[in-house]
Amino acid sequence: MPKPPFPCLEAGVGWHNQLIQYLVTGITTGAIYALVALGFTIIYNATEIINFAQGEFVMLGGMIAVTMLAGLGLPLWLAVILAIAATMLIGLAFERLAIRPVRKASVMNLIIITIGGSILLKGAAMLIWGKDDHPLSAFTPAPPLHVFSAVVTTQSLWVMAGTVLAVILLHVFYERTITGKALRACAFNPKAARLCGISVERMILFSFGLSATLGAFAGVLIAPITFTSYDVGTMLGLKGFCAAILGGLGSNPGAILGGLVIGVAESLSSGYVSSGYKDAVAFLILLLMLYFRPAGILGKRAEKV
Amino acid sequence: MKKLAIVIVFAALAGIVAFSVANTAEKATETYKIGAVIDATGPQSGLGEPEKQTLTMLADDLNAKGGINGHKVELILYDNENDATKSVLLAKKLVNDDKVIAVIGTTTSPTTMPIVPILSEAKLPLVSCAASWKIVKDPDTQQTRPWIFKTAQSDSLAVSKIYEWCSQNKISKVALITVSNAFGDSGLGELKRLAAEFKIDILDEEKFGDQDPDMTAQMTKIKGTNAQAVICWATGKGPAIVAKNLKDLGMTQKLIMSHGIANQKFLDLAGDAANGIILPAGKLIVADQLPVTDPQRKLLIDYKTRYEAKFPGAKVSTFGGHAYDAFMILTDALKKAGPEPEKLRAEIEKTKKHAGCGGIFNMSPTDHEGLTKDAFVMVQIQNGKWELIK
Amino acid sequence: MKRDAVIWAALTLLVFTLPAFVHSPYYYSVLIIIGIFGIVVLGLTMLIGYAGQISLGHAGFFGFGAYFSAVLTTRFHLDPWLAMLVGLVATIVLAFLLGIPTLKLHGHYLAMATLGLGMVLQIIFKEEVELTGGPTGLTDVPHLKAFGMVFASDQKFYFLVWIFLLVLYGLSINLVHSRLGRALRAISSNQTAAGSLGIPVNRLKLLIFAVSAGYASLAGSLYAHYLSFVNPSPFGFLVSVKLVAMVVIGGSQSLWGALLGAGLLTALPEFLAVLQDYEMLVYGAILIVMMMFAPQGLAGILAGLHEWVKNRDHKKNAQA
Repeated sequence: MPKPPFPCLEAGVGWHNQLIQYLVTGITTGAIYALVALGFTIIYNATEIINFAQGEFVMLGGMIAVTMLAGLGLPLWLAVILAIAATMLIGLAFERLAIRPVRKASVMNLIIITIGGSILLKGAAMLIWGKDDHPLSAFTPAPPLHVFSAVVTTQSLWVMAGTVLAVILLHVFYERTITGKALRACAFNPKAARLCGISVERMILFSFGLSATLGAFAGVLIAPITFTSYDVGTMLGLKGFCAAILGGLGSNPGAILGGLVIGVAESLSSGYVSSGYKDAVAFLILLLMLYFRPAGILGKRAEKV
Repeated sequence: MKKLAIVIVFAALAGIVAFSVANTAEKATETYKIGAVIDATGPQSGLGEPEKQTLTMLADDLNAKGGINGHKVELILYDNENDATKSVLLAKKLVNDDKVIAVIGTTTSPTTMPIVPILSEAKLPLVSCAASWKIVKDPDTQQTRPWIFKTAQSDSLAVSKIYEWCSQNKISKVALITVSNAFGDSGLGELKRLAAEFKIDILDEEKFGDQDPDMTAQMTKIKGTNAQAVICWATGKGPAIVAKNLKDLGMTQKLIMSHGIANQKFLDLAGDAANGIILPAGKLIVADQLPVTDPQRKLLIDYKTRYEAKFPGAKVSTFGGHAYDAFMILTDALKKAGPEPEKLRAEIEKTKKHAGCGGIFNMSPTDHEGLTKDAFVMVQIQNGKWELIK
Repeated sequence: MKRDAVIWAALTLLVFTLPAFVHSPYYYSVLIIIGIFGIVVLGLTMLIGYAGQISLGHAGFFGFGAYFSAVLTTRFHLDPWLAMLVGLVATIVLAFLLGIPTLKLHGHYLAMATLGLGMVLQIIFKEEVELTGGPTGLTDVPHLKAFGMVFASDQKFYFLVWIFLLVLYGLSINLVHSRLGRALRAISSNQTAAGSLGIPVNRLKLLIFAVSAGYASLAGSLYAHYLSFVNPSPFGFLVSVKLVAMVVIGGSQSLWGALLGAGLLTALPEFLAVLQDYEMLVYGAILIVMMMFAPQGLAGILAGLHEWVKNRDHKKNAQA
């Protein structure tokens, strides 16, 4: 029996009642995609590298938090901070050990190194934590709220608030601090930046640390909703990557917008079209984007050869 | 030079004689080589690992007791890493290089399906621990595959058990949510196929990916229907997320799940949200709640104590039980019929009233699974524990 | 050209003499899988090493070929060779559709597009249950037949796969050493310069991309007929990455090096059963270390060794 295109319309159920729920769900996952996409953007701006290990930072954030909380019995806030700090160190180490020594290599080789890094981190996580999924308790265990006809869990609120906070802090950092301004200068013109006395090497190191921090933050926020396991990073990383392209690779506001659009599109399509093809949505959007507006929604125009 | 040549020739002759003598000597108490291909590592290791351990335990115990009719059993066990290509290579290795008399495995349907034609062509018995009925029957012709058997209960049995329970509890409208992999796909097929027989209306069908972070969207859609119960068919973390989403959305429908969640890991992940879930399960997880008259009770408790004593820290699992049944059915037949493939195959087919972990097996030429829906009992999760519904 | 021709001849010799030493069907099956991946990797090497583009969705093309063969032969009872051809044409068309808009752009847009396409293809394999058998897959894909011979045994299939590979290898050598190939080299070293010399950069890149997708499709068809079975799992993102790793580890600048990579990454896990859970870790580490210290891959290392030995001999001779 073929499925009617809009079964809930035919069933006579108020589709607008569900719409709000779909939006809430979409924005929650979209916020995570946005944080991952920001990580891609930060590194891309500093180095032109697409860091395929970005998803693993998300995984590490969640996994380390679980270990700190359940394994060592630390309080939640401390576990979260330590997880983010540890992941940041791993990000810095990755740049220092695998990227900086070969900075002269072609961008393609560097991208392959990040792919290797991703597999390495995933393999290590599997050995340390095994293949099981691990739960993380909600930050504030309270019953879900009712907003109009939709239900919003407190963890969803944490995700949204956390993302907004991260975006604001990032903005302040870029606009108000010397380091932030230097980072922007590097992205804009590394040679000129170097002439002004900015250490490009240090800025690249910094960008890896920053994007690992954001990734880990996303990982900690989402873990109570979705659990976490050694392989959770791959799909989140790829979706975040689609979001970064959609928004325009290199644009911070674009990354956020891209993440939200993909999250909402996935949620709506599983609600109104087919949940089987939900995962294809992000990649279809990516393909369409490359066809019609390769620079992304907010990106600079792509350079033709 | 000549001398050397003669010495070599004699040495070679002596070698050949010695070898053939050793060979004939070995013939008398020839070991029975049983092959196994198990998904011991890779994404399904949670299923495969206990199977591997169970098989090694059973083979050791059997040899300690003197083997089968004086023949030692050599278990040649390979790990396919849940990879269909590797599965094929290893099955070929068992058949062609190791020259085994029968093969046990694999753990999952996607890795068993590709080795079915290999064993059929080689004319050696395969006893699979995976669930799909397509393993033992050709889906196009409905013919039973002569050389292929399996011990894991088919999804149709679990579905029948669920639908029977629904009818008894006056539930006729259900919504389905299944995972997009072989397990969910097979369950979905059976849920749709058997619905009419039990007069069940399926109001909605939803899917999710096995790495999906959240199923609220799908559950919202189900919430908007008039379904009295939600049937979720998946393994891993997906069902735990579904349970949480259902609770968060304040849905009042009964949540029914497949036998795929009958493990401690699910209870750990889902926490409070697991309470109230109803599922069909093999009797292993509620062995101590079974009536004393149950023919499987003694065996289940025995398997559990043996396994947990041999592998400290490990918990006995239904999947290990499938390997247990495969090994016992195969070795029982070996005891009666010997290693000649055709005789062995016919003997497995004659298995009757064999009490195993997965149920009471009654094989026949047209039934290479040998189980009925009574292989399952209905279980409800209460306070984080499995409670038998009597 | 000369060196490649020698290597091609040596490989041919090896392919036909090896059966004298191989007695276990199991080793044949390993060799078959190496051959199948070898075909994909030949195409991918031309794309990475000569056109300077990376594809993160070649497993998708590989699967596209496999599914075309499996679906057309089991569901529509088409002749296997015809099905293989249809798959090949369809894959090439798909590659053109994907390549035309993305190869016009500067940067790694092809990588992104192939990644997206690969993911979408795998989801289609999973979801179109009526056609593809869904996640469980399709069984009973018929054996290939030619000249009254059925390629059912491993030994026969071994010859089939490796003859395919040798022919495609020969084709690739000619392509690489033709005017076109030299133009491609120019592209990968400096695109702007190549463009200003009047080399039709985009068209060439597009052509090489389509050829490499076609190789993957052929390999996929062979894979389906060898296993008599397809399911979606061998055609995912991680396999695409593994294919790239084969090229990179073997050496993206030389066709034979890439074949070496395919052989190594397929055979190593077979013989190093000890690796098991460490496989992923080791594999990621190898990828990083190779890229850092030997970006020319194994082929580069071997060429370096050869150079060194030659120089040493020269010195010896000079001293004597």
